[in-house]
Amino acid sequence: MMGASGIQVGDVVVIERAHLERLFDALRQRGYQIVGPTVRDEAIIYDLLRSAEDLPIGWTDEQEGGYYRLKRRNDAAVFGYAVGPHSWKRFVHPPALRLWRAERTDGRFRIIEETETLPPFAFIGVRSCELHALAIQDRVFLEGAYVDPVYKARRSGAFIVAVNCGQAGGTCFCASMNTGPRVTFGFDLALTELLDAERHDFVVDVGTERGAELLGDVPYRAASDAERAAVDDLVAHTAAHMGRTMETAEIKELLYRHYEHPRWDDVARRCLTCGNCTMVCPTCFCTTVEDVTDLRGQRAERWRRWDSCFTLDFTYLAGGRVRASAKARYRQWMTHKLATWIDQFGTSGCVGCGRCITWCPVAIDITEEVRAIRESESTGSAPSPGKEQ
Amino acid sequence: MVPHPYRVRRRRRETHDTFTLELQPASREGMDDERLPLGQEDAERDIPIASPQPPSTVPAFLPGQFNMLYLFGVGEVPISISGDPADSTTLAHTIRAVGTVTAALRALRPGDMVGVRGPFGSHWPLSDAEGNDVVLIAGGIGLAPLRPAVYRILAERAKYGRVVLLYGTRTPADILYRRELARWRSHFDFDVLITVDHALGNWRGNVGVVTTLIARAPFDPLNTVAMMCGPEVMMRFAARELVRRGVPVDRIFISMERNMKCAIGFCGHCQFGPTFVCKDGPVLPYRGVKDLLTIREL
Repeated sequence: MMGASGIQVGDVVVIERAHLERLFDALRQRGYQIVGPTVRDEAIIYDLLRSAEDLPIGWTDEQEGGYYRLKRRNDAAVFGYAVGPHSWKRFVHPPALRLWRAERTDGRFRIIEETETLPPFAFIGVRSCELHALAIQDRVFLEGAYVDPVYKARRSGAFIVAVNCGQAGGTCFCASMNTGPRVTFGFDLALTELLDAERHDFVVDVGTERGAELLGDVPYRAASDAERAAVDDLVAHTAAHMGRTMETAEIKELLYRHYEHPRWDDVARRCLTCGNCTMVCPTCFCTTVEDVTDLRGQRAERWRRWDSCFTLDFTYLAGGRVRASAKARYRQWMTHKLATWIDQFGTSGCVGCGRCITWCPVAIDITEEVRAIRESESTGSAPSPGKEQ
Repeated sequence: MVPHPYRVRRRRRETHDTFTLELQPASREGMDDERLPLGQEDAERDIPIASPQPPSTVPAFLPGQFNMLYLFGVGEVPISISGDPADSTTLAHTIRAVGTVTAALRALRPGDMVGVRGPFGSHWPLSDAEGNDVVLIAGGIGLAPLRPAVYRILAERAKYGRVVLLYGTRTPADILYRRELARWRSHFDFDVLITVDHALGNWRGNVGVVTTLIARAPFDPLNTVAMMCGPEVMMRFAARELVRRGVPVDRIFISMERNMKCAIGFCGHCQFGPTFVCKDGPVLPYRGVKDLLTIREL
């Protein structure tokens, strides 16, 4: 049945796989640029999509520490994979952005502010951990004393089609971080893919008026109790099959107790300080700026680029670097993610997506590093947290 | 957050590697073609330089805050404001030429343009310190962010008890603001004690680290607020010495420095444990960072 009206926030409906394209059409008609997962360079990344056929249909991934491979599925699932190297921060907090330009004439210069006019994004296939990551970045860029206008414009206009994960990846641990796998907030529509020999449908939770309105252009029917139960079962199954786990009880205090721990030296011997973990992390927000000029020195530009606390220059101060050793840089990253972030923003900076584990070239595993420090307390191998003085 | 255009009104040489830029807002587009008179670099002379027309005012700042100074095409650096907060026409920044941007800033001439963003960050607790003795402890260029506090205290001298400035530099040649120090010292109610790490030639003053001055500085520890800025190791030992003399830990404030790109808590570079030095600091209660200061490479 066509639902032109009468659909409400909180309703659960079913859209057949065959009608997924209609959802894309409806978004396009409303002026959204549609971004979602697609296969490129042997990975599932996020990019502009022309149609639902650009989605990674029939693909899945295998993920382990330092390992990512695409594999063909034996079905035509549309969302049958875990998260890849990209995250949505690439769109709301772009990797490179010109902040302003300046022109110099006769000994004075004038700053020309950038104004960005982009069509709003529609994000397709946003996972629960990623919604949490967006909410965490909201706290950084929207909820403090200063607001990042670029983030605000890109984020607030975005239409979000979330997806409940039907399977857990090999490095996933959202269940430990209480960030998934079930989508609970921050979406306009949330899809759960139900696929077996008889059917291929999406159960859709309607999260906003905007989502309800969109469904006016997409054929749907009400979801049955059995279908709602199937969603619950699927998500529960995913939650039970996480590739990783992390004990988070008093994790802030744990790490604050162990700024000096032999494990940091241990991980420093493995860490290449390449910064991959920070690039793939959906919450890492650090940036640097680059001031460039033309050859005549008449025009200058200021660019903002993603930066990583693993670079030496990150802490450059007159006279040297605050964090010169790999140990100090890894400790900063992990302690920020899991401990200081809580003091700064009231939440963990980790959503358990597992990207930092998968994309670490030497398979450093944040869950393993936490475990090692935690277990050293019970085995007595941890140094007593002594203080100078 | 884009920089606002300012003109260099004057550049003063302070020491061999340190200088002070006095900046005034550039007048509006199309009106700023008239050049400011070219002043000369005068190290120790306070010659008033006439402005061609009444300048517009600079944004109000509180002692201890900083600005981001942008030099066209070169880059941007965080520099604490070192001028008088009561002066609404001029922004003063004392800068040590140690990097690409600061070295280029040193080459500026009166009339040259720089961009200014700010003011940013926290400030010295001067209101909270009213009714108390005040101990200001500076190491090297750490005197620069404390100078606005000195101006404010001298302007409202009756609000404070005894006030003492303890200042340490590497050598006598590194002492900033010599003329002003002498003037402050001439106030009967403002003590200035100076020490150097390495005495040269005709230095007849104190030799040793600034912490050695704390024991004999005249203040009542139980009714004192201490504010300090300098190398972290200096601040740690000075704080320890203050506590030893009986100053309550929560009345000690330090000003920190970290790499900063944005100054508004977005770029992440200035993190010091849970602290964003740009927005939580640069002035921080010592109690909150006491333990963190002992961790190497934090």
